[in-house]
Amino acid sequence: MKAKIRKIATFLEETRTEAGRQIDPPTRRAAAVAVIENPYAGQYVEDLSELMVIGEELGELLTQKAVAALGIPGPSAESYGKAAAVGENGELEHAAAVLHPKLGTPVRRVLGKGVALIPSSKKRGGPGVALDIPLGHKDAAFVRSHFDGMEVRINDAPRANEIMVAIAVTDSGRPLARVGGLTKDQIKGEDGLR
Amino acid sequence: MPEVRIRKRVLSVEEILHEGGPTAEKPLRRAAALVVIHNPFAGRYVEKIEGFMDDLKPLGLEMARSLIAALGNDAKVVEGYGKGAIIGTAGELEHGALWHVPGGYAMREALGGAKAIVASTKKVGGLGTRLDVPITHINASYVRSHFDSMEVGMTDAPRADEILLALVMTTGPRVHARVGGLKASEIKGEDGLR
Repeated sequence: MKAKIRKIATFLEETRTEAGRQIDPPTRRAAAVAVIENPYAGQYVEDLSELMVIGEELGELLTQKAVAALGIPGPSAESYGKAAAVGENGELEHAAAVLHPKLGTPVRRVLGKGVALIPSSKKRGGPGVALDIPLGHKDAAFVRSHFDGMEVRINDAPRANEIMVAIAVTDSGRPLARVGGLTKDQIKGEDGLR
Repeated sequence: MPEVRIRKRVLSVEEILHEGGPTAEKPLRRAAALVVIHNPFAGRYVEKIEGFMDDLKPLGLEMARSLIAALGNDAKVVEGYGKGAIIGTAGELEHGALWHVPGGYAMREALGGAKAIVASTKKVGGLGTRLDVPITHINASYVRSHFDSMEVGMTDAPRADEILLALVMTTGPRVHARVGGLKASEIKGEDGLR
């Protein structure tokens, strides 16, 4: 493995009531986060291909961890998202190199499908910085019940020369979704949008 | 006594491969089970609250078992533990103290008898409050390599009338433990201290 991983964390959230109402079955989302060394910290490097390969490795590893935390087969996942936080000696472009060129393919392989864009966010920050991972339905970006987000943080990451990379997967939408829009049973699943 | 009303659960697992030194052959794993419940005593002074400890026992057991499951379903791998509570602002610190007995009982029960006192902490706080849960060896409090802690918390909890309950288990010493003191291999295991 090219990625030099210091730490991996997984988070599993289950919401059982919201606004005093029972959520049955509970809505569940999981995130897997890796803290890796940033090979380009402290310097300007033109070619970021090593981080792209690392993105490919983490795409597979973190998606498997998230799905395992949910205890479901990959194809049962409903929505997904990704995010990265770069430590103080890195550039936002380093987060982009991990997240965008190669990470998506293995995510989709683990989840069976995933024709929708994987929503993403990135930032630079110090230890304990909160990452808000955006979430959207994996086969139809316009499914309104699945627009969501999951906050994750690790108190000791990212250090100055590290990058924190996160993938979130759910088996459900928001707990009391009721603002209309496209519903998941209306998905055509051809263009990734509807 | 009032029933235990759960709003949300979070299970998080950290795997620590290194912290700047040599990569561990077996990564240290820390797991935290968090549950947000309604505080039945919020907003007023209630004299008799002790009975709620019994009500919390089944929940404690469920949380302890979920930690063992998250660490690979084998209680034998668990070497450290700790517990804590964050009480929403309409409650008192004393409501968090209700967790001492059921939290400790649950972990001992699930681990098949652990001798050391369960390290703990608690505080009153608002949404997103973080708690550093102290961790010590399950059979001998003085084992220096196992003094540790895990930061836990939840973005949207505790609300004013809620309590966030936490149990934590770990699988070994700090990843680069090297400051001497009593070793796990030297435990006599009689008094829970050494």
